Amino acid sequence: MKKQTEIEGKERIGVYVCHCGTNIAGIVDVEDVAAWAEKELGDRGVVITRDYKFMCSSLGQELIEKDIKEQGLTRVVVAACSPHLHEATFRKACENAGLNRYLCELVSIREQVSWVHTDKVAATAKAKAVVAGGVERVIHHEPLEALHVPIHPATMVVGGGIAGIQAAIEIADAGFPVYLVEREPSIGGHMAQFDKTFPTLDCAACILTPKMVTAGTHPNIKIFSYSEVTNVDGYVGNFTVTIRKKARYVNEELCTGCGICQEKCPAKVIDDIYEAGLGYRKGAYIPFPQAVPKFPVIDKANCVFFERGTCKACQKFCPTNAIDFDQEDEYVTVEVGNIILATGYDLFDPRQISQYGYGRLANVFTSMEFERLSNAAGPTNGEIVLRDGVTKPTSVGIIHCVGSRDRNYNNYCSVICCMQSLKFAHLVHERTGATVYNFYIDMRTAYKEYDEFYQRVLEEGTLFVRGKVAEVTDAARLSIEEGKLIIQVEDTLAGVQRRIPVDMVVLSAAMIPRHDAHDVAHLFGISCSANGWFIEKHPKLDPVATMTEGIFIAGCVQGPKDIPSSVAQGAAASARVLGRIQQGEIALEPVRATVDQSICSGCRICNNLCPFNAILFHEDRMVSEINAALCQGCGTCIAACPAGAITGTGFSNEQIFAQIEGLMRVNFQHEKMTELA
Amino acid sequence: MSEQFEPILVGFTCNWCSYRAADLAGTARVKYPPNIRLVRLMCSGRLDPAFVIKAFAEGADGVLITGCHPGECHYLEQNYKALRRYLLLRRTLEQMGVEPERLKLVWASAAEGVKLAHEISTMVEEVRALGPLDWPRWWNENGFHAVVEEQAQEVTA
Repeated sequence: MKKQTEIEGKERIGVYVCHCGTNIAGIVDVEDVAAWAEKELGDRGVVITRDYKFMCSSLGQELIEKDIKEQGLTRVVVAACSPHLHEATFRKACENAGLNRYLCELVSIREQVSWVHTDKVAATAKAKAVVAGGVERVIHHEPLEALHVPIHPATMVVGGGIAGIQAAIEIADAGFPVYLVEREPSIGGHMAQFDKTFPTLDCAACILTPKMVTAGTHPNIKIFSYSEVTNVDGYVGNFTVTIRKKARYVNEELCTGCGICQEKCPAKVIDDIYEAGLGYRKGAYIPFPQAVPKFPVIDKANCVFFERGTCKACQKFCPTNAIDFDQEDEYVTVEVGNIILATGYDLFDPRQISQYGYGRLANVFTSMEFERLSNAAGPTNGEIVLRDGVTKPTSVGIIHCVGSRDRNYNNYCSVICCMQSLKFAHLVHERTGATVYNFYIDMRTAYKEYDEFYQRVLEEGTLFVRGKVAEVTDAARLSIEEGKLIIQVEDTLAGVQRRIPVDMVVLSAAMIPRHDAHDVAHLFGISCSANGWFIEKHPKLDPVATMTEGIFIAGCVQGPKDIPSSVAQGAAASARVLGRIQQGEIALEPVRATVDQSICSGCRICNNLCPFNAILFHEDRMVSEINAALCQGCGTCIAACPAGAITGTGFSNEQIFAQIEGLMRVNFQHEKMTELA
Repeated sequence: MSEQFEPILVGFTCNWCSYRAADLAGTARVKYPPNIRLVRLMCSGRLDPAFVIKAFAEGADGVLITGCHPGECHYLEQNYKALRRYLLLRRTLEQMGVEPERLKLVWASAAEGVKLAHEISTMVEEVRALGPLDWPRWWNENGFHAVVEEQAQEVTA
C-alpha cells in the first residue's frame, strides 16, 4: 500500500491553533504546536500557522478569511474545540473567503486533549499528532456541495401536554399545519390533573383549558387523540410518519360529545390514569369534563359487551348512532418536515421505597393522589380527607425528594417537588387547618416569585424539618401515637431523632422518564441520557434541538421541569421549527456513498447491508447503484465492498488512511514520548 | 514520568454516540491517559478492517473501536456489522501474530463519557502490560520503510 504521505503535498494549507482562553492553552503549549506544525509540516504544504486566543471570535475568523485571500490557501485546519460545536463556524469563514466549505477540517484539541489530560508535555505531543492528522486528512478533501432538500411545511407534535399544546399553537398561529398526537383520549397531560399551580395558585384548569380549546378548534391543528406513532421514515424536511389511531368504538364524525353513553354505561372501573387511582370512571368514558377532543372512548378491556357479548347500552341510547363496535385500529400516514417530541414524564412509584409504606399504609398518598384530592373537580370535590373519604386530617406530613436526590433511585433533583410540597402545605393549611410538616433535604425555590411563596408558607405556620425521613410506620410506641402514622426522622438542624405522629403522609415523588422513553427515542432516532431523559443538542445553547436533524424536544422529556419552563421550551421548539419552514429548504451534509460502476463486479455484497434500501441492483448491467436521496452516509457499504468500487464523500479511505498516518507521525517511537516527558 | 512503556492507541469513534461520549468526557473534565488518538467516522459500520491494519502498521500498539450500543445505532443496525467485522478481524490478527487483546470493541452512548474514559484508561493499561507491538516497523530512524529497505539492501548485496 502506498503511503498517503508519500504523495507530494500540492496544497497550500493554513493551520490555526486556538487557545480558547486558557481552556486549551492552560494544558497545551499552543505556540509550540503552531511552531511545530510550521516547521515539521511545511513539506506537507503547510504555508502558514497561527495561534490565536479565540479562533471562533469574529477576529479569529477574519484572520482565516484574510489568509485565504492573501496567501491563497487551498486548505484550512483549525485545532480548537469539537467539530460538533464550531465546524459550521469555520466552514462558513472559509466560504466567506471563497474557499469551498468542505476544504476545512476542525480537529479537537479541547474536548479530546486539554480537558481530559493533565500531563502538559504529553498533551502538547498529542495535540501535535491531532493537528498532523488533520493536515494529512485535509489534503484529501474535495470541494463538495451541500445537498439541498425541501422542508415540508407540516409539523408533528407528539404529546399533548402543556409543552406540546404550546408548541402546536405557536406553529399553527404562524399559519402552518400541525398534527398533534396524544396517547390518551384527551390532550392536557399532567397539568389537567392539577388543582392549583405554584407560586401564583391560579387554577390549572382555568389557564390550561382555554389553550386546549384553542388547540382543538384551531383550523391548522389536527389532533390525533388516543393514538400513537408506530413508524417514522425519512429524514429532516421529509418525514413519513405512521400513526395508529386506536379504536375508540365511537364514530368521531357523528359523535357530539353529549356524554349519554358515559351516563348509561353500567361498567365502573378505577381510573388509574386521570384520577390517579382515587376515583372511578365508566367503561365508556370521557376522561374529564373539559376533555379535548370531547369524544368518549369505549375501553374494550372493561366493556360489558366485549366481555359478555351483550349490553350495548351506549349504542341504544346514543342519539346520533355514533357507537361503532366494529371499529378497528386505523393506520394513518402523514408527511411532515419536522417533529417535536413532548411526551412528558412518569411519576416515580413510591412502592419501591417500602419503608415509606405507600400501598401498605392507607393514609400514605402520592403527590398525584394529593393533586386529585385537592382538585375541586376531583373524586372528593376538593375535600382533603383520609383514604376513608370522610375524615379530615389534623396533621399532615409532606416528604420531599421521594425517589430523587437519592443514589438508590435517581441522583437528579426533580425540580418541582419543593414548590409542589409548599403548595400542598398551603392547601392543607387553607382547607383543613391541620398542622403541616415538611420534611426536606434542601429547599430549592429558585425562580421568579418562588422564594416569596416559601416565605409565605413559612409565615402561615408550616413546620419544616430538615432531614431525610427514615421510615413511616403505624407501630405506635406511645399512647399519642395510637392510630397515627409515625414519621421517624433525623432533624439534622437540631441534631436529634424525632418521631412525629401525623394522620396523613404525602410523598413528593420524583419525575422519571416515561417507561417507554427508550423505545420512543429509538423510533425517532435520538438518544437518551443515562437517566433516560432525551438528550438535547447542547445543554445550554441548544436545549430543544437533538442530534438528529428535524427532531426537537420540549418539556419534561428533556428533564424534570415546571410548567413555565415546559411552556418556554414548547415555544422555543416551535420557533426552531418555524425558522426551518420559513427557509423552505435545508442544506444536508453531502456525506454520501457512490458506486464506481466501472469497477463494480456485481457481487451484491453491499445490497443487503444498507438498512435504508438505498442500493439498487441493475440486473441488466449487473452493477449496483446508490440512490443519493436515500443514502444516509453511514459508510458500511464502502467498508464492505471487496472491489473497492464504493467511495464515500467526506470520509473516504484516503482521508482516513492519511489521518491515521498523521496521527502516528508524532511519537510513534515510544522512547520519544518518555524523553519529552 | 517514569521509564515505563507508553503505548499509543488509535480509537475509532462514530459520529453519533462514541465521539459525543468523548466530547462529553471533555466537557465533564473526566481524565484519561493521553495515549489514545481518536478518528471520527460517521458510523462504526464505516470501519474498514484495513483502517485497523493501517493503524497497527503505522505503529499503534492497540486499536479501540467504539460505536453506539446495539439497538441504538443512528443508522439502525450498522453497529452489528461492525461487531461482525471486529470478531473476524480479531481472529485474523491473531493469525498474523498480533495479540487479539490489542483490538477492542466498546459500546458507548452519547451519555457515557465516564464509561468511555474508563474503557480508554483500562485499555491503555492492558496494552501497556502487553508491551510494544512486535510487528515489523514500517519506519526506521531515517524515515524509511524498514523491511523494504532491508530487503533492498539484501538485493543489492
